[in-house]
Amino acid sequence: MSVLFVLIGVSMLVAGGFLIGFLWAVKKGQYDDSYSPSVRILFEDKEKKAEELLDLENTAKKNHKS
Amino acid sequence: MVNMQQEAKNQICVHCGDDCGKHPVMWDDKPFCCNGCSTVYQLLHENELCSYYDFESNPGIKIESGKFKEKFAFLEEEEIANQLYDFSEGNIRKLTLYVPAIHCSSCIWLLENLNILNSGVLKSVVNFVKKEVSLTFDSDQVSIRQLAELLSSIHYVPEITLDKLQQKQNKDANKKLLYKIGIAGFCFGNIMLLSLPEYVPGSEYLETHFKNFFGMMNFFLVLPVFLYSGNDYMISAYKAIKHRFVNIDVPISLGIITLFIQSSYEIFSGTGAGFMDSLTGLIFFLLIGKWYQNRTYQALSFERDYRSYFPVAVSKMENGQEVSTPIEKLKKGDIILIRNQELIPADSILTKGDAQIDYSFVTGESKPVFKEAGDQIFAGGKQMGSAIELTIEKDVVQSRLTQLWNQFDEENSEASKLNSLIDRISKHFTLIIIAIAALSGVYWLFNDTSKAIFAFTSVLIVACPCALALSAPFALGNTMRLMGRLGIYLKGSHVVEKINSITSIVFDKTGTITQADEVKISFEGEKLTAEDYVAVKSLTRHSTHILSSSIYDHLKDISPENVEDYHELPSMGISGMVNGREIKLGSAKFISEGISESKSLTTEVYYSVDGNVKGHFTLSNQYRSGLSDLIKNLSSKYDLHVLTGDNDAERENLEKIFPASSNLRYDQSPNDKLEYINQLKKEGKKVLMIGDGLNDAGALKSSDVGISIADDVYHFSPACDAILESSKFSELTRFLSITKKSIWIVKLSFLLSFLYNFVGLYFAIQGILSPIVAALLMPISSVSIVAFTTITTNLIAKNKESENKITNNKNIEQKDFVSAKSVQLN
Repeated sequence: MSVLFVLIGVSMLVAGGFLIGFLWAVKKGQYDDSYSPSVRILFEDKEKKAEELLDLENTAKKNHKS
Repeated sequence: MVNMQQEAKNQICVHCGDDCGKHPVMWDDKPFCCNGCSTVYQLLHENELCSYYDFESNPGIKIESGKFKEKFAFLEEEEIANQLYDFSEGNIRKLTLYVPAIHCSSCIWLLENLNILNSGVLKSVVNFVKKEVSLTFDSDQVSIRQLAELLSSIHYVPEITLDKLQQKQNKDANKKLLYKIGIAGFCFGNIMLLSLPEYVPGSEYLETHFKNFFGMMNFFLVLPVFLYSGNDYMISAYKAIKHRFVNIDVPISLGIITLFIQSSYEIFSGTGAGFMDSLTGLIFFLLIGKWYQNRTYQALSFERDYRSYFPVAVSKMENGQEVSTPIEKLKKGDIILIRNQELIPADSILTKGDAQIDYSFVTGESKPVFKEAGDQIFAGGKQMGSAIELTIEKDVVQSRLTQLWNQFDEENSEASKLNSLIDRISKHFTLIIIAIAALSGVYWLFNDTSKAIFAFTSVLIVACPCALALSAPFALGNTMRLMGRLGIYLKGSHVVEKINSITSIVFDKTGTITQADEVKISFEGEKLTAEDYVAVKSLTRHSTHILSSSIYDHLKDISPENVEDYHELPSMGISGMVNGREIKLGSAKFISEGISESKSLTTEVYYSVDGNVKGHFTLSNQYRSGLSDLIKNLSSKYDLHVLTGDNDAERENLEKIFPASSNLRYDQSPNDKLEYINQLKKEGKKVLMIGDGLNDAGALKSSDVGISIADDVYHFSPACDAILESSKFSELTRFLSITKKSIWIVKLSFLLSFLYNFVGLYFAIQGILSPIVAALLMPISSVSIVAFTTITTNLIAKNKESENKITNNKNIEQKDFVSAKSVQLN
């Protein structure tokens, strides 16, 4: 039965981990705005694509010149 | 021709979704309603940001005037800018701007991609709930003023007021509550787990070292809850007792402390398992109730003073040079420059230029006042027309308007809390509980001494008014949330209670029962031809005068033509040649010497062609639709009052709408309004004031409940207890009846929680309260109260909604103006 002590210890550790996780999330302001993250995840990183395109164009031009 | 019109009607501005009218501005084969909108589109197009238009259709914001040239000049001022920064080190700056225009996912996308428009922006993050943008930028590449102008150029105008500068929000309070809930929840869960063996049959076979271990674990887990999570209740109770009154926190703290002492004693003496699970559960549920009650509309600002109306800074003339100066620093004798549409910050004397001051903000009177050099001008007026120079007479803080606010500064909100229903009940409640506890203690002292102390503490434990304390937050908090969905936003749940007790309703006229921007225009005289209308429209297009723009807006479907030889005489009228005819518009004196202005007090604009007077336009106020029904409904229950800054030109119309018993007062200055409210309060009446502008601010604040009415709830609204969407004005009766019913629900749930207390007391008085009874009773009572209150309040709002649908259908032709703009609030 003394395994119970170990089990309770472990369960407290796990639960404590979640508590710390929660407190950290509150501190970082994850509960401040519950709407925009849901939208933000759907945005594509278009600006990067544009940059890549430019890079491609530039290299193409260089190749053309040489 | 018909076809053309159809086509024109179908064209909707790609940017803002407005009707483009007959002549849309075309760019890139896309129609725009105005140049402003197309400029934003071009800007976004150049920067390949057009996916802005992919997320939502027509996400843009329309702005009437596209000029922000000097509006943000004050941000150059180091002192002001420093107050705005959240963080500043080296050339990296961080600041948060309030942008009320944020409304959809496209907004988030565009504002978070600001660095494409200006590479000086390093990072931008939108907080949608608060309608804020946090910007991190490089101060070497872009200044704070340029940032504000950049945001304005894409029509996301940030609202920077001194008000905001002064108080950095207390958002930490909310976080602290979440910490407390987290810790209480963690401890509650674990203590429940550790206490469970005690409750199952066969627990008596549990080995003692386990019992000791569980007991000690419980004791250590309860400490953070007792000392940290629950300390607010004890502090509040201590303060209350110190000020010699009893609030709900007193019996709660009494229960908490008794629970803690009793349980600790049992654990350390090995006599029992204690009530630690009940204690943590109690605090956990109470905190959740508190959190529910505290959730307010973060994006709305209810606390405003004069600072939010006045500009942050104005141009001061120093040795012929314009210097942007914070208005707080203006002194008597300073010379300031006020441009078109700018607000006058302090009482002053006009020294240069012709002033045409619109005092509608202050007095409610919509007719602008003309002033000449040497005249006195009061703070709060708005200059229309060319720039003027003023010499300041009084400091901003001392001017007539700001004095209205300052006299409230000393008043404390603490006093109002005393009257709340729950505190009145808890006063008697506490006394009764202590009496019962003492009686049962004394009884057992004579019959079975061993049970005396236990019976005494049990009564205190079981009577701890957890369910009682939860019923009001959940019922009122839920009502508040539901009302927000219906279009009225309350400052806090205590407002529900206050609204319930009102006896009198005071209306402001301009902007409240009439629509500020809608003017009813009719023409009296000869019948006008299409040509006449074209002429009037063409002529009014050139004038910035408020009457001209009203008439211009009124003649919607007419396209203006060229005007030659245009003249504008201040305070007289305008004239010009349209299609070879000489057109004059203006006051009677201006048009012809022969006619005199008619005796009615409405605003009249005369019209003549080639010297022949054709008649005059009459401009009068447009009442909100559904007003007379609303007044009819209200007049049976409340006494009604109307205060207006206008003259009594509208007396006849108002008397038709309002019953004879109501009080109508004209020519009321802001101070008169305030006095009137105070007078009513002295007569023992509970006053609800509904107003919209700066001129009502004092009255709104001094009334028991001040509701400010707003077309756009995120913009300008004076300090108040609630903000009402103007399109929902006609539903005021409904809001009042919802509050009435929710107070009933609170009372019912009080009864319910007393019932639970009786059950608990039944065990406690006999001295047989076992931990399991307490552990069951507490959550059952709390959960059932929460369920009862939320379900019933939802039902009330729903019932009303369906009822409303029916009436809505009836009045559909009246309500066509109701805007369908949905607002997302948390």
